[in-house]
Formats: sequence, C-alpha cells, structure tokens
Amino acid sequence: MTTKMPTVKFTKLFINGDFVDSISGREFETIDPRTEEVIARIAEGSKEDIDVAVKASRVAFDHGSWPRMTGVERARIMMKWADLIDENAEEIAKLDAIDAGKLYHFCKAIEIPSAANTIRYYAGAADKIHGEVLKPAREFHAYTLMEPIGVVGHIIPWNFPSSMFVTKVAPSLAAGCTMVLKPAEQTPLSALFYAHLAKLAGIPNGVLNVVPGFGPTAGAALCSHMDVDKVSFTGSTKVGREIMCAAANSNLKPVSLELGGKSPLVVFDDADLDKAIQLAFLGVAYNKGEICVAGSRVFVQEGIYDEFEKKLVEKAKTWVIGDPFDSKVQQGPQVDKKQFEKILSYIEHGKREGATLLTGGKRVGNKGYYIEPTIFSNVKEDMLIAQDEIFGPVMALMKFKTIEEAITSANNTRYGLAAGIMTKNLDTANIMSRSIRAGTIWINCYFIFGNDIPYGGYKMSGFGRDFGLEALHKYLQVKSVVTPIYNSPWL
Amino acid sequence: MASSMRISRLLSRSVLPASTTSFFSRGGSGVLGTRLNKFSTAAAIEEPIKPPVKVEHTQLLIDGKFVDAASGKTFPTLDPRTGNVISRVAEGDHEDVDRAVAAARKAFDHGPWPKMTAYERQRILLRAADLFEKHNDELAALESWDNGKPYEQSAQIEIPMLVRLFRYYAGWADKIHGLTVQADGPYHVQTLHEPIGVAGQIIPWNFPLVMFAWKVGPALACGNTIVLKTAEQTPLSALYAAKLLQEAGLPPGVLNVISGFGPTAGAAIASHMDVDKLAFTGSTDTGKVVLELAARSNLKPVTLELGGKSPFIVCEDADVDEAVELAHFALFFNQGQCCCAGSRTFVHEHVYDEFIEKAKARALRRAVGDPFKGGIEQGPQIDSEQFEKILKYIRSGVESGATLETGGDRFGNSGFYIQPTVFSDVKDDMLIAKEEIFGPVQSILKFKDLDEVIKRANNTHYGLAAGVFTKNINTANTLTRALRVGTVWVNSFDTFDAAIPFGGYKMSGHGREKGEYSLKNYLQVKAVVTSLKNPAWL
Repeated sequence: MTTKMPTVKFTKLFINGDFVDSISGREFETIDPRTEEVIARIAEGSKEDIDVAVKASRVAFDHGSWPRMTGVERARIMMKWADLIDENAEEIAKLDAIDAGKLYHFCKAIEIPSAANTIRYYAGAADKIHGEVLKPAREFHAYTLMEPIGVVGHIIPWNFPSSMFVTKVAPSLAAGCTMVLKPAEQTPLSALFYAHLAKLAGIPNGVLNVVPGFGPTAGAALCSHMDVDKVSFTGSTKVGREIMCAAANSNLKPVSLELGGKSPLVVFDDADLDKAIQLAFLGVAYNKGEICVAGSRVFVQEGIYDEFEKKLVEKAKTWVIGDPFDSKVQQGPQVDKKQFEKILSYIEHGKREGATLLTGGKRVGNKGYYIEPTIFSNVKEDMLIAQDEIFGPVMALMKFKTIEEAITSANNTRYGLAAGIMTKNLDTANIMSRSIRAGTIWINCYFIFGNDIPYGGYKMSGFGRDFGLEALHKYLQVKSVVTPIYNSPWL
Repeated sequence: MASSMRISRLLSRSVLPASTTSFFSRGGSGVLGTRLNKFSTAAAIEEPIKPPVKVEHTQLLIDGKFVDAASGKTFPTLDPRTGNVISRVAEGDHEDVDRAVAAARKAFDHGPWPKMTAYERQRILLRAADLFEKHNDELAALESWDNGKPYEQSAQIEIPMLVRLFRYYAGWADKIHGLTVQADGPYHVQTLHEPIGVAGQIIPWNFPLVMFAWKVGPALACGNTIVLKTAEQTPLSALYAAKLLQEAGLPPGVLNVISGFGPTAGAAIASHMDVDKLAFTGSTDTGKVVLELAARSNLKPVTLELGGKSPFIVCEDADVDEAVELAHFALFFNQGQCCCAGSRTFVHEHVYDEFIEKAKARALRRAVGDPFKGGIEQGPQIDSEQFEKILKYIRSGVESGATLETGGDRFGNSGFYIQPTVFSDVKDDMLIAKEEIFGPVQSILKFKDLDEVIKRANNTHYGLAAGVFTKNINTANTLTRALRVGTVWVNSFDTFDAAIPFGGYKMSGHGREKGEYSLKNYLQVKAVVTSLKNPAWL
C-alpha cells in the first residue's frame, strides 16, 4: 500500500475571515484511518469560540454586504468559489481521502467537482428566489417577500465532508444568509480548505465561519445559541433529537434534520438480475457503507432469491479493499476506531441472532480500520441488523413473496430516507413508489443524487430537504406584505 | 456587475447636472444650454472617430460555419454618423433560411444540444458569458458603429446586460421543472417540459445584442435550436456574439444567424413549415404580418414584442426634479429608439409649468454628437428612413398646434442626428400623441385628476409600459393596477433586468420575455398520464 501525506495547510478555526486559535488554546487530533496515526492537530472550538463566530455572522448579516448585495453579485462570487474548488480538486481530494478514508481518485474525479457543481447550481438560483403576489379576498394588495433567515448554524458529518459542506453552505449563501459551520471532528480538513477558498473568491468576512470541534461542546453551543436563527444538521438520529431539544430549549430556532436510515432495496422476480446484484452490492459497499441512504435491507423475491444470493457473494469476493490512494482499490478504511468497533459488534450480533453469514464478517489486515463487505442471509425483520443503522459494509438479505409483503416489510422501520425498487413492471414500480414511506425512491437505479433532486427523510430520518430549490426555502423567511388598495379595476 | 445598477449609475451621473437645473432656469432661457449644444454640434461636424474594432464576420452563420449567401448577394450596412458603408454583409434569402432551418432541425433532432444534460448546457452558456465579458469592448464598438448609440452606453450597460442575461438563463437550464399533478382518479400525472424544437427569431436594430440575448438566452437554456435573423441595419454584433458562442462550445447548427431583410429572409422564417416557434420584436405592422405568416403556414406559436406609446405620469406630489430627469431619460434614452419609450409625458397641472421649463432645460443640455466621444448622451438615429420619419412627425406636431419648446430640426448637417425635441401643450388626438415616433421627441400633456389620466393613458392601442411618479402609496397602487400595460415603473423607468418579465398588453404584443415567464415561450408541455393500480394515496 502506498501512503501519501498531503500537506495540511489549515488547522485553525476560521472566524470572521481569519484563521485563529481557539480561545482555550486547546487542540484535538485528526487521525488517518489507514494507519491510526495523527495527521494534524486542529484548534478545538468550544462555546466561547462559537460565541465569537456567531457574533461575526450576526454583524455580517445585520450590517454586512452579503444579504444587501444583489443575488447576481452573490452568484458571481459563488461561481468564482466553484472555479477555485475545481482548480484545487486534487488537493481537496487528498484531504478527504486521508481524513475520512475515502477513495482519492473518486473524490478527485467525482465528489469534489460535484461539490463545485452544487455551488454553481445554487449560484444560478440566487437571482431566482421568487415570492408571490397574492389574491386576498378583500380590497387588498398582498405579496410575499422571501427574506434570508439570518445566521445559520450548520453541523455536518464526516462521511461526505465535501458534499455535505456545499449542500448546506451553498443554498444558504445563495439565500443571503451568514453562517457558522461545525465540521465533524473526524474530518475538519477539507472544510477549512473550503473556507480559505471562499475568502479568496470574495465571500466577505463573517459570512462563512468554520469552527471544528466536538458535538457536546461546539455543536451544542451552536444549537442552543440565542442568536442563531436556524440550524441545519446532518448526522445520526440520536444527535438529531438532541439538536431539536436544544433548539426548543433556547430560541425555538427552526431546525432541519437529515438523519439515519435503514433503506430497503426491493428486488422483484422480473428485475434485471445482474443490475440488481450490482446495485444491491454497491448499496452497502459504496463509501464503505458510510452513507445514510445505504441500501442496508435487501428484499429479494423468492423466485430469484437463491441465484441472487449466489451471484451476490461472487460479486463481493471481487471487491478490492485497501489504501484509498491506490486507484485499483474500491473500499478504504472506516472513518475511525469507534465506528470500526461498532460495525464489528453488529456483525457479532448478526451471527448471534442466527442470521447466515454468507461472506465477510472480519477486519482486513491488522492495521487501519478496514472491514470486509459482509452479507447476512436469512435475516429476520426483528433482528438488530435489520433494524439499526450500522453505517458499515453490512447487508441484511431477506426474502419476500408478494408485493404486499414487500411493502409491509420495507415500511417496517422507524426510518424513511430512501428506497430502491428493481422491476420492469410499471404497475409494480408505481405501487411501490407511492407505498414506501421514504423521501427518495430510486427505480432501477440507486444513489442517484442531483443538485435539482430534493433529498431528505420521512419519519425518524428527519425533516426538511437538502438539494433542489426546496433546500433554498430552509434558509428563507416568508414575509407577507399587505396594503389596502382603492378602486382597483380587478381583484 | 449588475447592469441595472449601471443604468442607475449612468442616470445619477446625468442627475447631477439636473440638480443644478434651478440655476439655469433662474439664469433665463438656457443660455448655457445653447452654448453646450453648439459645442456638441461642432463635435458632430468633426471627422468621425474611428471605431476601435475590425469587422471580421460578415457572412451567414449556418451549421457552425460562416458562409456566403446562396445567391452570392451582399448588402451594405451603414454608419449612421455619416451614411457611409461600414461593410458589405451576406444577404440571406429563402434558400439560406432553408439551409439554416435544416441545420437547426438536424441539431435538434439528432443532438447533441437537447440531449446533453442541462448542467452541461449551463456550462456552455456560462462560458459564452465569460467570453462576451472578455470581448466587451469589441462588441460594444461594433454595436455603436452599426447602430449609432453612445459607445459608453454599449460598453457600460448593454454588453454587461448581455453577459447578465446569459448567466441568468444559464442558471435556469437545470431548474426547469414540470409538475406532478393530482387528477380526479387513480392516475399518476406528470408534466414534462420539453424544448419546443427549432425556434425562428427575428430581432430589431435598436438594441441588437440585448435583443439577441432576450431571444437566444431562454431558447438555448431550454434546449432548443435557433435560426435568428438580425435587422438589416445592424447585422454585425450578433455575428460576433454567435462566433463567441461557438467558441464557448455551442455545437454546430444550434444557433444559425441570417443577416437579411424582412420581406425575404424574415418572411421565409415566419412561414417555414419546419420552424416550431417564432419570436419577433419589432413594429406592430410587421408583427401582424409575422403572425399571419405563422397562421398561414404551420400555426407555429408566436411571441411578439411590438410597439408602444407608453405614458409617463407625473403626479402633483412627485419630486419634480427627479421626475424631469427620469422622464427625459424615459424618452431620450437610445435616441428615443425604445419600444417602451415614455413618449406621452402626462404632467399634473399643478407642476406642469415648472416641469415644462425644466424638461426643456434638460433637453437643451443633452449632449449630442459622435457616439464614440466620451460624455455623449445621444448619437445619430439609425438610418435615413427613421430620420425622415421623425422629422415628419416633428412637422406634424408643429402643424397640429403643439408648442415646440426646443429642438425640432436635424442636428448638424451630416449623419442622422436630430435635436432633442420637446413639445408642450400636446393634445391626445394629435398624431405625435398617438403614433410611435421612435425618436428624440418628447410630448408633454397636462392632466387634472387620476381618473382622467388613467382613461387617457389607456386610450391607446398599445400597452407596453408606463411610468408612475408619485410619493403617495395609494396613487401608486391605483395607477399600477389601472394601467393596461405589461410593465409599470414606479418612481423609476427603463429598469431592465434579466429577471423582470417584459412584454405588451393589447397591440404591443403577445407573451413575455425575460424572467421565468420567458421560458414558457420555448417549452412544450407534455402531460404524461399513467393508470395506477392500488395506489397508497391519491
């Protein structure tokens, strides 16, 4: 395995346009999950730093140029930022690869350019935020103004440090908000680099602040801050609940939550079998299974179950695990020791509960957090591995007979983030699409994300949507303006 | 950056001298104004300034290549400062339009343009905008040379507006949404917004590149292919812009540009059986012909942006100095060659006398001369035909008894320059109050009350725009709703932006350009209805 260490340029908090030490002077380590060694020491933001960052955002919002410039001007700056990200894609990809164990070549070719594209999408939306002129029932003229909501707190996870960053930041910038973002403590590096590029692009000081740190300190301070107007969070359902409580106990700030999932992939007898196997496998192995929409429950109709099982295992055996900088490698290490151990413990659970371990189940090598793609068959719906979000490359394979049964099983979860349906039958596709209680339905495809495709959860997978024009509305207030009119020729 | 802001900056520059208007009026009959005029006259007589650009593209653009007309014919495009030939340009006719439509058809039916992702189309439009920005000065010079408009106006307002429009439409490309629809029954219904196909576009000479962007921007963002005919007076800038679009990566055949005349090339596009959509900006008379040709051929839908006789209403509570300045701008901007020109200035009787005096003083101060000279506000009219037509209207104004406050004749003795002309005591039934003059002739009318001015303002077969000047919110709201026009500017005028829809009521046209509304012109709506079995909800 080759080990490439990128130079880490930014390790401090980014507040009001400057990289600064934390007030306490404390630092924390960010770890290379390939080697379990320290990459860099990062300034550790806590409550006092959040206060300073929120203050900077507040000033930038209340008095600064950002919400006062035209959408066109904001768009120009965002476009510049996107171009800078493209120019620095290689360096950012290295940071995400080393910090999160993500595939370097994939990041460079897909994830980082996609992040730039997301910024461009919202830049293009910045001058298309339309209120409406209304139809009051009396002699009044009324219209809505879509105003930026104010200072936004963003808390993002470690599994997609780049896409999560832009998914939150881009629409709120387009809307004219200012913000404080806390990246995950596992992956602070690319966020700080983005902040640096944002400054170069001309995003004014105080508009975008990045404070690395931990959830219980920095995260909690942001969520319970009386001067933060909105919190947008992506992460676990457990933490989502805490965030909502903190918002409720402080200033009732609106919250949007993109949380966990236990998404079903339902494969019918008439499906294209090879494609279904390919997607089912990627559904848990892509990004090491560290993805909230992982297709972690795979329901296969009985007519093809045995063949599906057999070919799926063959597919798993060809999967290449190793150093994420190696271009032949398809799966890198899990993000950290805690996740690594959690996944292994779920695998033990599965075995104990009586599911059949078809393949995988072990760590790979004896250094770094590598885990084999793991497939359990004969899983029962009440087993822990069919209910909990494992967030690793672990699949629970189950058999079904009828479409009604598939609907019941697919919905038998407290989550509702996404679902995949593999069928050639139009009626089956339509019935499933409407019956599954989830925010995204992929028909004969999986993991198809798009800037213009809203994304978010039903049930305990959260509320609010990222992506699409829907996401802009999370960062906008609606103000109705009403005034009497006299002698109007029409009403 | 924001071209609409540029307009206001340009305005505020001209507002500055206006704030000293009282000084002039105290000083008597605008002596200083006359002196300035003479100074400018001298400038107009001087040898015309050589435009800082070379004319490189004079052929037709068909299927990605610059080619001669099939007939081999060319026509001259003239410098309105002198009437001299700038260059000879390939003259497109039926056969060339056929070739262009065939190229556009092929590019639409076989791609790659409508088949590439909206995101990719966006990137090409953004690259084109960057190239326009990079070549701002050349584009501006071509525009002013061919059209006669002040170079500063081209370089500081119009080319930035072109850039802004392309960026705006680029942003729309990946946000064109159909609907999912609830029907009364177990059906899944969606609307697909599909590109309409080959768009024929015919643009006028008064804002060649801005009109180019209004037409080409939305059509391209929606995934259409285009055959565009420029005005015979101003073929040059669009050819250059089209070349830059090719350079930005626009595939061959997606945008074809035909220089030529209305009765030949224009008519061929309007009546073509393989053109799916027509968009026209120009006179109401030609609009009628275009609509009829569409009806007689394949019933292609038509967007028309036609003439106007827009009212500019100054209420008694208005800030007179500001109103004078904006009313002046509303009429005289672009040599008065604006379809939405505020060509009927209605002034409340209580401020009428003050307004006339100041409007006259402002017109006298208008800097007329070579459009390539700095500080010039007004260049020559586009051509001899317009020039003669305007002078004829001025004579008609005098003959019908309106008071000629200032101007009234040609300016200098060469080129198509006309003195800024102000008529007061204009009556509704005078020709100058009824017909679109399209020149620097301001007609000022007096009114007493709101109901009266609403009636009079609406007493026209046009309905393009209106200006309302008042500090009273109720007056503003009443006028806004009562005026039968496509744009009402309140305490502003000619505020153009890519996001603000523009178009006419009545005989000022059909449809809206710019804003989200403009996308509709270039999209077909396909309803897709699928029967549902056992739906979980309806």
